[in-house]
Amino acid sequence: MDILSSISQFLQQGNDKKVLSLTKEAVNNAIPPQKILDDGLIAGMNVVGQKYKAHDIFLPDVLLSAKAMYTGISILKPLFLKGKMQDRGKIVIGTVQGDLHDIGKNLVAIMLKGAGFEVIDLGNNVSPENFVERAKKENAPIIGLSTLLTTTMPVMKTVVDIVKNDGLNKQIKIIIGGAPVTDEFANSIGADAYCFDSISAVETVKKIMAKDGKM
Amino acid sequence: MKNIVEFDLEDIKPERNAVFETQGIPENIIPPKSITNLLQKAISIFLDYAQPKAILNEVSIPEFETIYAGEGLNEMTTPLDSIYKRADKLALFAATIGEEISRKITELFDSNDFAVASMLDSVASASADKTADVLEKHYYKTLINKAMMNPSTGMLRYSPGYCGWHISGQKKLFAYLHPETIGIQLLPSYLMKPLKSVTGVIVVGDKKIHIFKDNFPFCEQCKTHSCRIRIRNLIGKKINFEKGRK
Repeated sequence: MDILSSISQFLQQGNDKKVLSLTKEAVNNAIPPQKILDDGLIAGMNVVGQKYKAHDIFLPDVLLSAKAMYTGISILKPLFLKGKMQDRGKIVIGTVQGDLHDIGKNLVAIMLKGAGFEVIDLGNNVSPENFVERAKKENAPIIGLSTLLTTTMPVMKTVVDIVKNDGLNKQIKIIIGGAPVTDEFANSIGADAYCFDSISAVETVKKIMAKDGKM
Repeated sequence: MKNIVEFDLEDIKPERNAVFETQGIPENIIPPKSITNLLQKAISIFLDYAQPKAILNEVSIPEFETIYAGEGLNEMTTPLDSIYKRADKLALFAATIGEEISRKITELFDSNDFAVASMLDSVASASADKTADVLEKHYYKTLINKAMMNPSTGMLRYSPGYCGWHISGQKKLFAYLHPETIGIQLLPSYLMKPLKSVTGVIVVGDKKIHIFKDNFPFCEQCKTHSCRIRIRNLIGKKINFEKGRK
């Protein structure tokens, strides 16, 4: 098995120590960082995502793999800073104003970063204006909104409305998620997509980026 | 009666299935060792950092009527509307497992220990609920000792933010109960700090008063319908919840 396949395999097993040593080895073998990222780390995470979707593995398995992914990225990141990392697109993400629950949002951010996207995490209790301003400033084509409370769900609509009123709904897509959120709710407020979990968020972001020719 | 209750950590340690449920692991699945190891690690951290406390205060029906009215934002009709008026006893409560756990969860996320952080979050959430369960039992025992319970008496708890009781109801509940005494603050969003805290009212009365059908308009948005399990557990027999559903 070649080294990139081994990285992918150990990442799928959530073995961060092995991923760390193999990523270092791959770098020492002069394999381009982008190739290590794409064919080793991201390839492994893609399999993890598929297995999770098929209910072959569970959330903790995914998160162990995500840790291994981050371990590998920590080796590659300094190399990208010197060279040029492929731009997979930016996503502005946060928990909406009035809500402090951020576990779900954190998991989505972890998986998006693991899939190679740049995530601008605004944290929790984020005002609608802040979401839109940051997306504009960062030229991010996607805003991800999270909430755990039914009472703060209307804030999601406020963000959608601001984007529409500013005439930005072609450039900025809104994806939403959280325990009380549903597909019907997403449709009713004019959001672009509802994401059931962190894996579906990654798939949705990939689809949107691909559709907009950004991937 | 107003009292502050302290807990033995072992008593509020959550059940494995309750934790795994929030991790999306079904009850009938035997998880791999990597996952059970994570649970053990999370429980161990939990035992190091949890600081459970609760406060309980009995209120009269007229007093609760004012508290329940809150900021006037409750749904038009709610299950609790008719339940509390038929209660023998009502007790406001607030329970928490403390702020240290939340800090530890953030710290673990920041150090990329995602799986442990997420497991600890599930442990903490399940434990906050269990703390409220243990508090209910504590209150139950108190009433038994006062010979205030009989075989037909049952108790269930209800919380702002659920079943039509608007979350802004926290304001009056806090004004009356003062959970600040045990370190729980109410934030402007009506969420609490520590986040892993539970508030509400324990309703004591004939078991039958707690039976309701989950066909209120707001029940359509509810994903859990956990009221069915709670009522079934209290009554001890199957109820046809489908009958009469809209």
